[in-house]
Amino acid sequence: MSEYGLLAGQLFNGISVGSILLLAALGLALSFGLMKVINMAHGEMLMMGGYFAYLTIQVAPRGTGFVLALIVSFAGAAFFGAFLELVLIRRLYGRPLDTLLATWGVSLILQQAARSLFGPIGVEVTAPAWLAGSLTVGSGPLVGFSLSLVRLFIIALSALVLAGVAMFIARTRVGLLVRAVHQDRDMAEALGVNTRLVDLVVFALGTGVAGLAGSALALISSVTPTVGQSYIVYAFLVVIVGGLGSLTGTALAALMVGLFSAGAQIFTSVSTSDVLLLISVIAFIQFRPRGIVSVRSRALEEA
Amino acid sequence: MPRKETLAYAAALIALALAPAYISPYELSLLGRFLAMSILALGVALVWGNGGILSLGQGLFFGLGGYALAMHLKLAALDPGDLPDFMQWSGLDHLPWLWVPFRSSAFSLAAVLVVPAAVAGALAWLVFHRRVGGVYFAIITQALVLAFTTFVISQQPYTGGFNGLTDFGQVFGFDLGDPETQLGLYWVTLAILAIAFTFVRWLLATQFGKLLRAMRDGENRVRFLGYDPVPYKVFAFAVAGGLAGIAGALFTLHVGVISPAMAGVVPSIEMIVWVAVGGRESLAGAIAGTLLVNFGKDWISSLMPELWLYAMGAMFVLVVTVLPEGLAGFLRYLMPDETRTIQPKGVAIGVPVSAAAKVIEKKPGPTF
Repeated sequence: MSEYGLLAGQLFNGISVGSILLLAALGLALSFGLMKVINMAHGEMLMMGGYFAYLTIQVAPRGTGFVLALIVSFAGAAFFGAFLELVLIRRLYGRPLDTLLATWGVSLILQQAARSLFGPIGVEVTAPAWLAGSLTVGSGPLVGFSLSLVRLFIIALSALVLAGVAMFIARTRVGLLVRAVHQDRDMAEALGVNTRLVDLVVFALGTGVAGLAGSALALISSVTPTVGQSYIVYAFLVVIVGGLGSLTGTALAALMVGLFSAGAQIFTSVSTSDVLLLISVIAFIQFRPRGIVSVRSRALEEA
Repeated sequence: MPRKETLAYAAALIALALAPAYISPYELSLLGRFLAMSILALGVALVWGNGGILSLGQGLFFGLGGYALAMHLKLAALDPGDLPDFMQWSGLDHLPWLWVPFRSSAFSLAAVLVVPAAVAGALAWLVFHRRVGGVYFAIITQALVLAFTTFVISQQPYTGGFNGLTDFGQVFGFDLGDPETQLGLYWVTLAILAIAFTFVRWLLATQFGKLLRAMRDGENRVRFLGYDPVPYKVFAFAVAGGLAGIAGALFTLHVGVISPAMAGVVPSIEMIVWVAVGGRESLAGAIAGTLLVNFGKDWISSLMPELWLYAMGAMFVLVVTVLPEGLAGFLRYLMPDETRTIQPKGVAIGVPVSAAAKVIEKKPGPTF
């Protein structure tokens, strides 16, 4: 493989890692921006989506399996998220650190439940036939550079989801309410917006997207009880770098983190690149403490 | 300090000091280990309960303290010019520079306290001076502990990798396997815990402690009164880091091994549970919570290992939703103590301090 081919391959890897991170971080960023709540069980929504995909493919008729799996994993994770919001997170409103601890408890229970149900060893989801294989560049400066169809599919999926969520927030009636609550919760409430319902919808949407990410992730690695844990810390870093509840910021940050890891891995090992990533994030908040895109506000007490 | 409380603490100290007389050696070894861990819990109660700073990365400082001592013990057991076993297996031919100062026992003992405290202080300054805090800080500390463990595991020739450092043999001339040494270690641990307890208690009673609690309840108001919160928070976090380092070193002596698994993300979170169960604000609660959760863990894990994670998860959810002030808060509810009520000053009379603080919190000033 040529040198450019290697570089292009790493670039492609970075974008594909970034797109998974984007799917994982989108829900986190939305509910953090809106409710100032960090959901530590968000990674387990990813895991849950993966298992939903696995189960769906077991029972679905041939050919429709994976498309159906995407729908089921979205709906399943969204329902669970709504349930979690109703019974737990709603009760801890205004206590962000306590929410963090309680949802961590939920994540431990979910991990152990997955271990009891499916065993500690992961389950495999095979990609459908139309996603097997890859595109390879046969000549020119990029000779040997190959794009796997699965990864291309994941990039397309996350672009689609990002566009969908952006449209939902910018163009729909519910999206208008979401923006209103985000800008000024008290004022929106005074004007009759049911802010709790808006919270619920956004939270469920976020966990649903995480479930979708889980089923997409299942195509490239096996689904284990701890798969959420391995992505969630990076998703949090994406939220920190991206800024509070800004879609553009989250998307840019996901891409940056993905490209950074892939780029650093050309020169060093995976673990060293993790350490470098973290140092860069701490350095980054030194000059942009509110992330890439910060929402200007005159409120004093803002997280 | 009220007399009744002092007497209760003295009684608890005596009961613990005499523990070797009435519990089995196995239970004593567990108790010693858990008492060492509760030194760390004191630090968590200081920064989280009283400072409102949630750190999900105390395992990092625990690990730094543990490794600092373990490196010395590893070197002390060698003949001059020899290398630790795992370095020989990895084919190193000379001692890495990072290890060289740990030949000195004085340096190592100082490093147990100073290295974690310095790292904690530096991190706290980097984050807090940009007015970043709250959940951001929690996430950054968690990422840091993850980075630390992956790094230690990946640098096998220099750190012992996944297996960590073990096989010490001797500690400052005493044989670690000897029951007499174990007994002495228990008392040393208890003494250090008592000193740490008194120190943190004193710290919280000073002006510093008062300001720390004030920043927890309304950081901007403290700013408006003319104080800069950053040095206070940095100092508190450095103290908590130092305490975690001491706890890590003592833990290493009790268990005879330190490995990345003991300093990882999950143990770091468990450390928060200890304090949450005991009552985040209360120092005695932090110690009681540590003992309770860990004996509970030992008991449940021996009955049914897979049950432990469910139990811990449920404990998190329950403590936060039902008992936000832990066992200490529950006891206070059962036995209201007249010394902890606020005297008439425009706030509800006869309401416990924490409840009164919540009353005040419910009426936020204008945001502009």
